[in-house]
Amino acid sequence: MRVEMLTFLLSAIICLGGALGVVLLRNTVHNALSLIATLFGIAVLFMSLGAYFLAAVQVIVYAGAIVVLFLFVIMLLGVDKVDHIEREVFKGERFAAVAVGVAILGLSVTALLSVGASATGQASANRALDPTAPDINGLAQAIFTDHVFAFEITSVLLTIAVVGAIVLAKRGGAVIDLEEFPDGPAVIDEPEPEPEMEQSGAELDATADDDATVEASDDSTEAEVGS
Amino acid sequence: MELIWLIPAFPVVGFVVLVLFGRLLGKPAAGWFASAMVAGSFATTLVVFLDLLSTQSAQRVFEQKLYTWMPAGSFTATFGLMADPLSIMMCLFVTGIATLIHIYSIGYMRDDENFSKFFIYLNLFVASMLLLVLGNNLLLTFLGWEGVGLCSFLLIGFWHTDLANSSAAKKAFVANRIGDFGFMVGIFLVWVTVGSINYADIRAYAPNLAAGTATAMALLFFLGATGKSAQLPLYTWLPDAMAGPTPVSALMHAATMVTAGVYLMVRLNPILHEAGWANDVIAWVGVATALVAATIAVAQNDIKKVLAYSTVSQLGYMFLAVGTHNYVAAMFHMVTHAFFKALLFLGSGSVIVGMAHEQDMRRYGNLRKYMPITAGTFIIGWLAIAGVPPLSGFWSKDEILAGAFNAGPAGPVLWLLGLITALLTAFYMTRQVIMTFYGDEKWREDAHAEAHAGADEAAEAGDEATGAPVATAVAAVDHAHDDHHGLTPDHEPVESPWTMTFPLVVLAGFSIVAGVLNLPFSDKLERLGNWLHPVIIGEHHMPNAPVLFGLASGAITTSIVGILIGYAVYEKRKADPSKIELSVLARGWFIDESYSKFMGGPGRAFYQGVADFDSKIVDGVVNGVGKGSLGIGRLIRPAQSGIIRTYALGFGVGAVLLLVFVVTRMSL
Amino acid sequence: MLELTETWYLVLASLIFTIGAVGLLVRRNPLVMFMCVELMLNATTLTFVTFSKALNDVGGQASVFFVLVVAAAEVVVGLGIIVAILRRQDNADADDLSLMRG
Repeated sequence: MRVEMLTFLLSAIICLGGALGVVLLRNTVHNALSLIATLFGIAVLFMSLGAYFLAAVQVIVYAGAIVVLFLFVIMLLGVDKVDHIEREVFKGERFAAVAVGVAILGLSVTALLSVGASATGQASANRALDPTAPDINGLAQAIFTDHVFAFEITSVLLTIAVVGAIVLAKRGGAVIDLEEFPDGPAVIDEPEPEPEMEQSGAELDATADDDATVEASDDSTEAEVGS
Repeated sequence: MELIWLIPAFPVVGFVVLVLFGRLLGKPAAGWFASAMVAGSFATTLVVFLDLLSTQSAQRVFEQKLYTWMPAGSFTATFGLMADPLSIMMCLFVTGIATLIHIYSIGYMRDDENFSKFFIYLNLFVASMLLLVLGNNLLLTFLGWEGVGLCSFLLIGFWHTDLANSSAAKKAFVANRIGDFGFMVGIFLVWVTVGSINYADIRAYAPNLAAGTATAMALLFFLGATGKSAQLPLYTWLPDAMAGPTPVSALMHAATMVTAGVYLMVRLNPILHEAGWANDVIAWVGVATALVAATIAVAQNDIKKVLAYSTVSQLGYMFLAVGTHNYVAAMFHMVTHAFFKALLFLGSGSVIVGMAHEQDMRRYGNLRKYMPITAGTFIIGWLAIAGVPPLSGFWSKDEILAGAFNAGPAGPVLWLLGLITALLTAFYMTRQVIMTFYGDEKWREDAHAEAHAGADEAAEAGDEATGAPVATAVAAVDHAHDDHHGLTPDHEPVESPWTMTFPLVVLAGFSIVAGVLNLPFSDKLERLGNWLHPVIIGEHHMPNAPVLFGLASGAITTSIVGILIGYAVYEKRKADPSKIELSVLARGWFIDESYSKFMGGPGRAFYQGVADFDSKIVDGVVNGVGKGSLGIGRLIRPAQSGIIRTYALGFGVGAVLLLVFVVTRMSL
Repeated sequence: MLELTETWYLVLASLIFTIGAVGLLVRRNPLVMFMCVELMLNATTLTFVTFSKALNDVGGQASVFFVLVVAAAEVVVGLGIIVAILRRQDNADADDLSLMRG
């Protein structure tokens, strides 16, 4: 019991730390590495839940393939990307984002805790886990009998994804024609210091008029749309 | 009898083939092909006719349902053909005369560059006309009705490079639309009351019709008929329709198409039988049209205009007969009139060709010397229409007048008006014959002055025709300058080729003998009456023999008096013609001009109002819906900012709301 | 000592999910946003496996298998799109990619 608890707590800390790293760190490479930490933590949790095959796949596919792919792209495009998280599409957007997050967390935890110490639900009727056999047997039976169509369709999906990736990556292939969209992107602006919020109203308006604050660019966007 | 589908099929085939290969076939061949198709149709009609003749009188109805045309809920319209004495009789003379006129057209149109197009239209016309006649329900008749209207439009405007011609075509179309409106509403009314639009069902149901309903139906269909058959007040398009080629005038605007209205009324005689005072309306409109048109014809100088007004007048006779329940006489006169009026039109066409497309009778004269066959046949037509026995016109006209005399208390008045019309008819036809075929060779006189007189006259006619005086008058003067200069003082008229004279001779023969179809001397000799007997509901009683004899002698006397007056005025110059040819008559009692004035003045204000209502209110609603949608779209468009984070935030808010829902449900 | 129940796992999953969601909403670098999506997906797979254990049903694990496959496909295509865009328009972030604006 104690060992399980310890395992859970350790991997939970790793998971949360990795997740916070993904969100908070500025360097994209560090983000990717934090993501690996989370994925490994979840793989450990899978194991403690008896899903050994999935734990293996988690490490191989996610950590081994997906994150490596992320890193490839980061290296390809350069790591010096500066993320202006302080810029908002509309005022109070970041606050709204955090509020939504808190609400999701609070509500789901409320829902979980209000039913008592353990999850409830209808127990399995026809595909129970078999503790005597390896978990991979039950999983294989489920996938190749009950979910065989879904399985086949995922293979098609993978094929399409590969073809799509090749088409997208082909140099000189389909690119977005900016002449077709002369308006350009909605928010066109140089990185600049955020206007000081302590400014008086008149000054704020003046800044908003000639500088590309978020509001001003929003207005100009609307004007373009109107024309 | 199963062959009846072939009757309209022949001209349809002709139409399709000529549309595809008309130019390939070339000048005479296309015409001969078209004629052969119509002749085939005529031969088929003959076979069906003989077949029908060999069956019992009461069983002479054959319906052939080809397919279901419009199955729509409880409403079904079949594409079915019906052979009965009435329709086959119509088919016989339509296809017969059409064949002759096709042959005539080969000669008449020989110099026209749109030769094959002309025959395309003619074949389409014949097909539509046969459909109109053979259709076993009102909707099919209406289809044919519109088809002939379309062909009429196309053929009046055949030489559409001339503005006057195309406005005449437009006028014919618009006048017909007014009538078609009545026809359509009539069909709706029949469908609502009878529950079927088949003639057989209408006939079976007719005795159960309420008098008011039957009257409404009769008046609505009569409105349609006044448009198509050029009765008051919608007759004005027919004189202008003479802008088309002369064979067209003969075929459509004299012999066949304009009689469609009469056919419709006779076909619907079970309804008319119940219709009460609607019959009086028909009779009075008919006789009024006959009289007014005859007075106008007296003062016309264009050879075709005279015949056009004469046609209107004769159609008035037919409606007089219909209104007095004298359907046999109406059909009888339709047939005889088809023969002699087609003959007269074709004869005038022959004269026009011979006189280098000059149509003004004041520049004719003494043409019998140059065109003996045309003159001879034309004179036969003249005697027939004037009502000289034993030619066909006398018998049919006399039957109508005698029938009218016997029709209720107003009968003698109708008869008298009809008789005056007969007098005028004899007079103006005599005038026409003398001006054209007798007297001096007037085109040899000072040509230049005459040409300008002709141009003035044409300008006046154009004014009358369209109500757009300046433009058409200019066009008409141009026309005069273009075409009429062909007639020079040293012009030598020549007789037309055999393709044109042969139909004249045939038609002249029929004009003489067609009276034997329905001789009043004994029941057995009333062949047409017996033949049509199964189709017609109700008996019509002719006056008894002595009265009949008296009326007939009155009619003969009238005809001869009319001819003699004409002879005295125009040959012997006993009176000044200008005292008779009043300008009020020449300008058609100003009826057409007052239409134009009204439509240009208060009428215009009214339909401008309607147009404004449509463009402001009706369109406003429609556009408002569109603008409203656009406005809403503009309002909510910022939501589609294209910025993914905003969308994701929307997702998040949605997720929160779902969770709130779940949690609150759980706590319950 | 508290007993380790499935609820612990689920709360952890919802924590990871929330962090991922907030990150997705706040960050502007498309690559990082993608990683946040992966976080959310992983949180979801964790709940699947937890319920599979709690309800004694292998179906939860099968679902995770499919989620993995779809996530792999999604990453391939998504990264392909990002590469294609950034090759053309240097230094773009998620807010610049608004060509689908209405």
